[in-house]
Amino acid sequence: MVKKLKDKLQGNNFLLMITIVLFIALYIVGIAVFGEKNFGKPQVFFNLFINNAGLIVTAVGMTMVLITGGIDISIGSVIGFTCMLLAWMMEKKGMSATASIIIVLLIGTLFGLVQGILVAYFKIQPFIVTLAGMFFARGLTAMVSTEMISITNESFLKMANAKIYLPILGTMNKKGHLVYPYIYPSVIIAIVVLVIIFIVLKFTAFGRAVYAVGGNEQSALLMGLNVKRTKLKVYVLNGFLAALGGFVFCLNSCGGFVEQARGFEMDAIASAVIGGTLLTGGVGNVIGSLFGVLIKGTIESIITFQGTLSSWWTKIAIAALLCFFIIFQSIFAKLKAKKAA
Amino acid sequence: MHNMKETMKKVTGYHLFWPLVCLGVVLLFNLIKTPSFFQISINNGVLYGYLIDVLNRSSELIILAVGMTLVVASSGGTDISVGAVSAFAGAICVYALGTGETYRMPYLAGMLLAVLIGTLCGAWNGFLVAKMKIQPMVATLILFTAGRGMAQLVTGGNILYVKVDSFKRLGSFLPHVPLPTPIFVAILVVVITTFVLRKTALGLYIQTVGINAKAGKLVGLNATLIQFLTYAFCGLCAGIAGLIITSRIYSIDANNAGLNIELDAILAVALGGNSLSGGKFSVAGSVIGAITIQALTTSLYAMKVTADQLPVYKAIVVVIIVVLQSPELKRMFNTVKAKRASSKQEGWWHNG
Amino acid sequence: MKSEEIVLTMRDISKNFPGVKALSHVDFTLRKGEIHALMGENGAGKSTLIKVLTGVEEFETGDIHIAGNDKCIVNRSPQEAQVNGISTVYQEVNLCPNLTVAENIFIGRAPRKLGGIDWRTMNARAKKVLQDLNIEVDVTKALENYSVAIQQMVAIARAVDISAKVLILDEPTASLDESEVEKLFDVMLALKKKGIGIIFVTHFLEQVYKVCDRITVLRNGTLVGEYEVEKLPRVQLVAKMMGKDFDDLASIKKPVEEGKQSKKQEVLLKAEKLASLGKIKPFDLAIHKGEVIGLSGLLGSGRSELARTLYGAERVDEGTLTVGGKKQSVKAPIDAMKAGMAFCPENRKDEGIIADLSVRENLIIALQAKRGMFKLISKEDQEKFTEEYIKILQIKTADMETPIKQLSGGNQQKVILGRWLLTHPEFLILDEPTRGIDVGTKTEIQKLVVKLAGEGMSVMFISSEIEEMVRTCSRMAILRDGVKVGEIEEADISQENIMKAIAGGDEHA
Repeated sequence: MVKKLKDKLQGNNFLLMITIVLFIALYIVGIAVFGEKNFGKPQVFFNLFINNAGLIVTAVGMTMVLITGGIDISIGSVIGFTCMLLAWMMEKKGMSATASIIIVLLIGTLFGLVQGILVAYFKIQPFIVTLAGMFFARGLTAMVSTEMISITNESFLKMANAKIYLPILGTMNKKGHLVYPYIYPSVIIAIVVLVIIFIVLKFTAFGRAVYAVGGNEQSALLMGLNVKRTKLKVYVLNGFLAALGGFVFCLNSCGGFVEQARGFEMDAIASAVIGGTLLTGGVGNVIGSLFGVLIKGTIESIITFQGTLSSWWTKIAIAALLCFFIIFQSIFAKLKAKKAA
Repeated sequence: MHNMKETMKKVTGYHLFWPLVCLGVVLLFNLIKTPSFFQISINNGVLYGYLIDVLNRSSELIILAVGMTLVVASSGGTDISVGAVSAFAGAICVYALGTGETYRMPYLAGMLLAVLIGTLCGAWNGFLVAKMKIQPMVATLILFTAGRGMAQLVTGGNILYVKVDSFKRLGSFLPHVPLPTPIFVAILVVVITTFVLRKTALGLYIQTVGINAKAGKLVGLNATLIQFLTYAFCGLCAGIAGLIITSRIYSIDANNAGLNIELDAILAVALGGNSLSGGKFSVAGSVIGAITIQALTTSLYAMKVTADQLPVYKAIVVVIIVVLQSPELKRMFNTVKAKRASSKQEGWWHNG
Repeated sequence: MKSEEIVLTMRDISKNFPGVKALSHVDFTLRKGEIHALMGENGAGKSTLIKVLTGVEEFETGDIHIAGNDKCIVNRSPQEAQVNGISTVYQEVNLCPNLTVAENIFIGRAPRKLGGIDWRTMNARAKKVLQDLNIEVDVTKALENYSVAIQQMVAIARAVDISAKVLILDEPTASLDESEVEKLFDVMLALKKKGIGIIFVTHFLEQVYKVCDRITVLRNGTLVGEYEVEKLPRVQLVAKMMGKDFDDLASIKKPVEEGKQSKKQEVLLKAEKLASLGKIKPFDLAIHKGEVIGLSGLLGSGRSELARTLYGAERVDEGTLTVGGKKQSVKAPIDAMKAGMAFCPENRKDEGIIADLSVRENLIIALQAKRGMFKLISKEDQEKFTEEYIKILQIKTADMETPIKQLSGGNQQKVILGRWLLTHPEFLILDEPTRGIDVGTKTEIQKLVVKLAGEGMSVMFISSEIEEMVRTCSRMAILRDGVKVGEIEEADISQENIMKAIAGGDEHA
């Protein structure tokens, strides 16, 4: 039993374990310090999901791209564009919510297709390709409208504000009523995406090819895998997820403006890295990325609960965590190399 | 005929040929679209005009592009933290000088402090990349995230204004000088950098390490130190750029100062004909690249494109450049050429 | 020899690279259930033959037959070769270290259940495949947790499981320790029993005599012959590889020149118990002024590693180095350079040339590094030096600003030589300076070495060509399997003696 646990803790699972332990520790600190401010309430925990549903979706997509050894920094812009386009189509063009959502998802996929072709078939560095994508999508957003558009479409708002009460973890409120924690549909979308991509990565030939390509591209080729197509598929899927993430994000913001979700890609990358994904490729896990997102959310909550600490402490705390993980990974990799030699 | 071909080959082979063509195309475009682009007038003893504006506005980009060029050359990676570091350095400077009627410390000391902070940030990046062997993008992601946070920490989240008039000079005009000061700063940075690269062996060392680090080590170079130095220098450039950005609006907005400028700096390096995978580099190329970007920006503004829409055009330019530079395209092109040549040969065979 | 015993025949295979005949009318036959060593020194054509067989390179003439297929086969890619029953396991394991052991065996053809990968079945089957080879590992762990040896076995298991008739092992033992090699041999013998034909490429004679049934020797792209192991003594094998018939050699003695003979000069450099872990075992070596010391041994014997350790290109783990009577700590090449050393690496492309830089820059870089960053060699001096060395070494280049990558191999090598001569070293190390170079340049370089030694420079000369060594060296050190096993004094230098020393264990002679 102990041996089995030790085995599990070895290698890359070890990185994941650290992330999870860190999350739990942070959360316990939060409860210990801000217990009387109701930090311990289940709803606070579910708010982490509500506030970060969009980030979960995009971090999942990003993780997949990072596993292939690539990167996609266009995501923030794609989200901004998605929100803007959704708002514009529904508000200015009077289109139905369903049609608008389908259109933005298609556009996101197309966006991913073009980036994927440039990366996989033209062999241009992913950073440069998606840098162009980032510029392009942000500029397009401004071309749609430079004004902020708020969404008033009823069916969309219904979707956005539908509280779904969970039948568990009820607590008494001040009046003595039993209240159950709730979530929004956005959370359900995020969880479904997480589960699907987890299954795809673990149980499909495509998913394993993603890991193989990131682990050693040359070997993957020699073992008969279609490296180019695998990469293309990843970028296409990521384009779709970015748009879906944009939709989920929009469910929270209910509007579009040019600067929306700027720098969101870095949050996604940071979450993935904190979750144990190596930017050199081949190693990563969407569950880890989920915890990466939750850690970021917890830090934000703690800073909000504290009340006097300013918002920039979030950035600094996340950077410090990032720094810790990157250096830790680097040392970890060196140790592993030494062990192999 | 043959000579002509040779000359053509020499001209197109010159390393600044394509960057200059790009700049030429942008200027030509303006000549046709907005002839007023080339007018320069004198007002209150200072020069005005689109061209002056292009040079003025491109100054901080030129400075950052110079630093970025060396980072790319030595490590084949990019420093994405320069924008955030500029903001941080600017914030430090404003904080040090204070927002009162007089400076809290001498102006020069404030500037030196900012540049020092920039260099320290660069040194940290350099340590991670050269010593810890972390990918440049990942290593600089840390300061990319933290830089603005630390800047906000310094400014307390407010936009801080400097009230002393002399603070504006760096970003606008020196008394009795008809050209904006940033142009001089940019020239100074370029000239000093070029001088150091020419008068010491550093330029050769950087290229050697960037092209073949293994061979570099065997001929006795300290690849780690050289990479470290380029990152520290890039940080120094970010510090200087931060000062100019701050002085232009005599205030620091930690959230927006130098926003996305790292991307323009990387683009300038690529536009200057430098390979982003490292090795041979040309500072002059990057300077031309930076001016091209600003010229493009200014001319699009002149054509009533809004600042928000600008990135679309930039993106198109980037994609065209990188696709043209892509070795895969060259390979495809060569295969087609080879096929044609072989079919020609076959034709000759049949005729013979 | 019954024809049904044969699994693979290659007949009359030829292949040219620009300017080089890589393979010329080579025949190769592999029988069922045999381990067949493919041997030859650098440039003999072993790897080209393997590449042709596995579809990495195309060939110009000849045909390949494999048992169970009446037609000639032509493989255009490693995948196609695999379909035809030919699998290869390389020295650098071509697997994905981040995937589990089981996956590495089955990726691309994993068992499915409900549309997804059936991990349980896959793990069970992987376990079975490995057990058949007597390997017990946890197949659910990532491959990177295991040693290179195990990784290689996994690669072999994958190859075998994809119904291989022919298994090519390309220098699989280079990075294994003794017990791991034993284990690998067990696996090879088990496969042999199953009737698989194994082509074993190696440089280690011991190993050939331990497991192989037959040996095919190539030299300079041509077939020297196919031999049964019991009938070919070691020294004979070395002679075949080096291109001399042993019986002829026995009578040749190097004429010892008058005056050149052993007037022992002072010691310039002395290594005592110097070692680099995993690269070269502790060795003693003294180098005298004005001598050409040859390092001989087969590829992988540690000859390059010894030189690199002296130069500080490999980490020195123990021992001391004395230069000119003073103890010298060499932590990096620059320390060695300051102590008067210079080093031409074996792999010109990866470690020698700085491809995009000009001939001029490539020439002066070492001297510049030695002088330091702030003492830039003036443009005039750079040009003067470059002109001088282009002339002395007769480097053929359009002009001194031509990127070195545009020069031919021989001229690149001359530039690298010039780079080091410019630093006026007292001790020059040349690791395979004549490899892949035309005959004319080869002779020029050999002459230059003798001339430099005549002028008082000490030279260390490493080459796979024995003749070249006999012609240029005044003393030799012999290496085998990472150990310096002996020295040969000038009077005793002969091809025969060198080969005997390289071959070691004389039981077959």
